[in-house]
Amino acid sequence: MKINAIKTLLAVLLLALTSGPAAAAGGASNLEPSGINVNDTASLQRGAKVFLNYCLSCHEASYMRYKRLSEDLGLSEEMVMDNMIFGDAKIGDLMTIAMDPEDSARWFGKTPPNLTLIARARGADWLYGFLRSFYQDENGRWNNLLLPNAAMPHVMWSLQGIQVMSHGEGDEAGQLELQTPGLMSLEEYDDTIRDLVAYLDYMSEPAKLKRKNVGVWVMLFLAVFAFMAYLLKAEFWRDVH
Amino acid sequence: MSEQSGAVIKTANGLLQWVDKRLPVLDFWNAHLAKYYAPKNFNFWYYMGGFALLVLVIQILSGIFLTMHYKPSAAEAFASVEYIMRDVEWGWLIRYMHSTGASFFFIVVYLHMFRSLLYGSHRKPRELLWVFGMLIYLLLMAEAFFGYVLPWGQMSYWGAQVIINLFGAIPMIGEPLTEWIRGDFFISDATINRFFALHVIALPIALLGLVVLHLSALHQTGSNNPDGIEIKENKDEEGIPKDGIPFHPYYTVKDIFGASMFLLVFAFVIFFWPEAGGLFLEHDNFVAADPLVTPEHIKPVWYFTPFYAILKAVPDKLMGVILMGVSVGVLFLLPWLDRSPVKSIRYKGAWYKILVFSFAIAFIRLGMLGMAEGTPAQTIEMRVWTFVYFSFFILLFFLSKGGSTKPVPDRVTH
Repeated sequence: MKINAIKTLLAVLLLALTSGPAAAAGGASNLEPSGINVNDTASLQRGAKVFLNYCLSCHEASYMRYKRLSEDLGLSEEMVMDNMIFGDAKIGDLMTIAMDPEDSARWFGKTPPNLTLIARARGADWLYGFLRSFYQDENGRWNNLLLPNAAMPHVMWSLQGIQVMSHGEGDEAGQLELQTPGLMSLEEYDDTIRDLVAYLDYMSEPAKLKRKNVGVWVMLFLAVFAFMAYLLKAEFWRDVH
Repeated sequence: MSEQSGAVIKTANGLLQWVDKRLPVLDFWNAHLAKYYAPKNFNFWYYMGGFALLVLVIQILSGIFLTMHYKPSAAEAFASVEYIMRDVEWGWLIRYMHSTGASFFFIVVYLHMFRSLLYGSHRKPRELLWVFGMLIYLLLMAEAFFGYVLPWGQMSYWGAQVIINLFGAIPMIGEPLTEWIRGDFFISDATINRFFALHVIALPIALLGLVVLHLSALHQTGSNNPDGIEIKENKDEEGIPKDGIPFHPYYTVKDIFGASMFLLVFAFVIFFWPEAGGLFLEHDNFVAADPLVTPEHIKPVWYFTPFYAILKAVPDKLMGVILMGVSVGVLFLLPWLDRSPVKSIRYKGAWYKILVFSFAIAFIRLGMLGMAEGTPAQTIEMRVWTFVYFSFFILLFFLSKGGSTKPVPDRVTH
């Protein structure tokens, strides 16, 4: 009887779920997987360095504290203070920036978004694609394949080099092609972006590092508890017919 | 038995007597647990009521701790939620319990309501029980809506915009009504403040009151069961239903087991899948509310989308709002729409099985379409399923009286 009820439920769900609109929110699905690993502390450390060097002057990350970064990434407070914090911020401070939002809106056309939660809003794969999809258009302006007419210039162009759009025969959409090489090889640049995206992903939810570890123990406890509860129930119900 | 433990029991008994003379604890215990007889043939579906109660407790407890750190102001709300997620000890756990709890509340309540459709639990003499349950469901929707606005993300803001504007479709009083709800000409600090008050005080109190009424009505009639027969019609010499077993200890131990299985699933989502792929925590809601930037695709949270799809299926806004209201309101009438002499789906003919399952599929499909982008093809599909949704109630009314049935046994089966 119990099995029947569950079967009915599953049958209904399956029937309705097998066709039609893919309900999962998240947009484009043809993105290349970012291949990040937030448990790789070294990768996060490298990513943090890129983030603090290249991003945190125009973008703020004002829900994140430097102290949290030092604790989670295994960096001493002195190391963070000396190598990563520019300006007069203290270790317990939030990652704010000196740039006035109104000024940046005037300069870029739009205030650069707060990046603390960007990985949760956009997804790691999108960020990985976005940061590798800058190109220079015919007018010599920066543009981006994933976010057409993005206000953001290619901040790391010196590392990646300059990509342009090349249209092969009958290729309307075009493809990105490296025109001027940068300081890094393509692989090195991809690895750097992967580290940066891993850091952004970590920063969007620092608790992620801890919650899965705690979760395993909670699930184990509940499994044992459920088993004992089942034995208790079976014992009491032996006389019910 | 040692002298010492004898003394302890004597003291405990004495204390119980003392309290019982002043407060009817033993009467209550017997009336609602130890001598409250429930049918012995409950199946999987009968866990849902208990789960709903468990989620209610989880929501209240986690909610209390969230209130200690949350700031109900347009300027600070979003940052205060991130403060909870990062700087408050175990704040992320409290927040995920609450956000996951909201979705689980609707999952178990929808299954709980569907159980009624299967076994006729809303039928005479349990109409009032059903009506109280429906009122709980209505308040739960309001509670969830207000709560969803509080994190003050883009979806909080724009979802609230869409839902509050629905009231604007009402002729004459529409516009002033939306202003009255918002407390401003647009969704603002005043709005988030009052939604906070309603979410943490007004609605929880009303919900708790209705839960008491729901349970009182349940214990007055006694539970229905998968066979849809009244166990009170078959009593032994001592007046105890032959197919009944005392709720305590039988169903208390069974529900402890059920609760632990529920918590396993609940914990899995909290610790390993808190966003549920953007269904429980939506991606756009990780962007702070910005009145100047409209998100590309505004949609309510999944538990509202079946009704949202019905709204979108109708070209005219006012008619859409009315139809959406009717789609919820008509559920109140279910006890009177089903006129079959038999309660349980087990003893009704194929007509009922087809009706119920097409209704369930329509509800789920509408839910999926309600969160989709809304292409013309999807709009047509929404209309089809809206038609199926409403056909259920009309066909139920006309088919149930003469619809085929099977003989109902006197005693519950296994």
